[in-house]
Amino acid sequence: MRFVDEYRDPAAARALVARITELAGGGHKKFMEVCGGHTHTIYRHGIENLLPTSVELVHGPGCPVCVIPMGRIDDAIAVAQVPGVIFTAFGDMMRVPGSHGSLLGAKAQGADVRIVYSPLDALQVAGNNPERPVVFLAVGFETTSPSTAATLLKARRDGVANFSVFSNHVTIVPPMRAILDSPDLSLDGFIGPGHVSTVIGQRPYRFVPDEYGKPIVTAGFEPLDILQAIAMLLTQISEGRCCVENQYTRCVSEAGNPRALAILHEVFEVRPQFEWRGLGFIPESALKLRPEFAKWDAELLFDVPGVRVADPKACQCGEVLKGALKPWECKVFGTACTPETPIGTCMVSSEGACAAYYNFGRLHREVAVSMGGSR
Amino acid sequence: MCLGIPGEVVELLESNRHLAKVDVAGVRRNVNIDLLEDENVVPGDWVLIHVGFAMAKIDEEEARRALEDLQLMGQVYADEVQAVAESRIA
Ligand code: SF4
Repeated sequence: MRFVDEYRDPAAARALVARITELAGGGHKKFMEVCGGHTHTIYRHGIENLLPTSVELVHGPGCPVCVIPMGRIDDAIAVAQVPGVIFTAFGDMMRVPGSHGSLLGAKAQGADVRIVYSPLDALQVAGNNPERPVVFLAVGFETTSPSTAATLLKARRDGVANFSVFSNHVTIVPPMRAILDSPDLSLDGFIGPGHVSTVIGQRPYRFVPDEYGKPIVTAGFEPLDILQAIAMLLTQISEGRCCVENQYTRCVSEAGNPRALAILHEVFEVRPQFEWRGLGFIPESALKLRPEFAKWDAELLFDVPGVRVADPKACQCGEVLKGALKPWECKVFGTACTPETPIGTCMVSSEGACAAYYNFGRLHREVAVSMGGSR
Repeated sequence: MCLGIPGEVVELLESNRHLAKVDVAGVRRNVNIDLLEDENVVPGDWVLIHVGFAMAKIDEEEARRALEDLQLMGQVYADEVQAVAESRIA
């Protein structure tokens, strides 16, 4: 176990791996980590190489950059190209490919596209440029949507009229349901997202055991957290239990952050439908601004083409996002598709499964193979 | 963007009750604390920060561990600290 030596507490890691191996027994178990942050930790620390072959981890749809469909990027670029507009976005979004290039490409061609760290920075840009419309490209799950909501409340409070938001916020529960309903994949449980849960708490996950009979354990981001969550999942299964458990009590409470949820609810409402890359249209899975915030809604202020664009043929992100395919099984992985020249979204963000595997996983796999490891 | 980063609250801004000055890996920037309005944030508290907002109070031990683990991520960590440093929330 070469990898555990790098862990904060190698002895604890060894003990957890031994316990997982014992609990797993012979039967094959497949768990999905929903969150891209977990995917990153798993590859970064070679966790898959520590697990017995009977325990398989599949990567889920919890990287917000990865799930944005091409058509929405095209829409963003169309807004960015409107004369006079200052278009602001998180750095992660700049290289996400649309059907005719990315925001970075639009910037190179003269659009005023600026990277911001926070929606509040975008609002600041609006304050500094009162004569120009400033649009913020909002993406993310419940970890970032309350921040966008709070920024819009501030824009209204301060009467900032030249600021608007192009909302692509999504919610975590509907894609989990879509995955549970998907016939391609039979999961034995979820490693639940950590930071999203600091906002939404534990209650929204109850449908997983109640309706689908699968366990779910919310986990932190350290390798030991993930190992412990896997042990907790296997313990539930071996004891014939099935419920929502919380490994990440250090940060996640049962009720989440009620204040953040209240602000979210005040500003956003649920869209009837939203398209997810690779997962298709999922009902009630995304957020748009409430009519009270129409003055700050870029979708109403600008003509967005709103055209649905099919993913490129070579791209298998959809299968990767559903956990049906491992990154290295995609035909273009590491050849035509790399972090420098991404074809698919999973290669763009550091939390995307393909980028995480490209950056770290390959090395761990090679080391494991050269040591005559289990895989 | 999805990566949270821990920071220590060093000062509540008198001029703006929505903001606190927070030390993130040696970089001091303003962070919005509206989402923790019910939690009575005071200097010395550690908070988990996402895109310029404090999302949760965390204890110091958790903050240190999370920082250590983030540092192991190398470039990703450097990028996040750089992004925080470029923030100009006021
Ligand atoms: S290698 Fe590229 S195209 Fe293939 S699934 Fe990953 S990101 Fe998508």
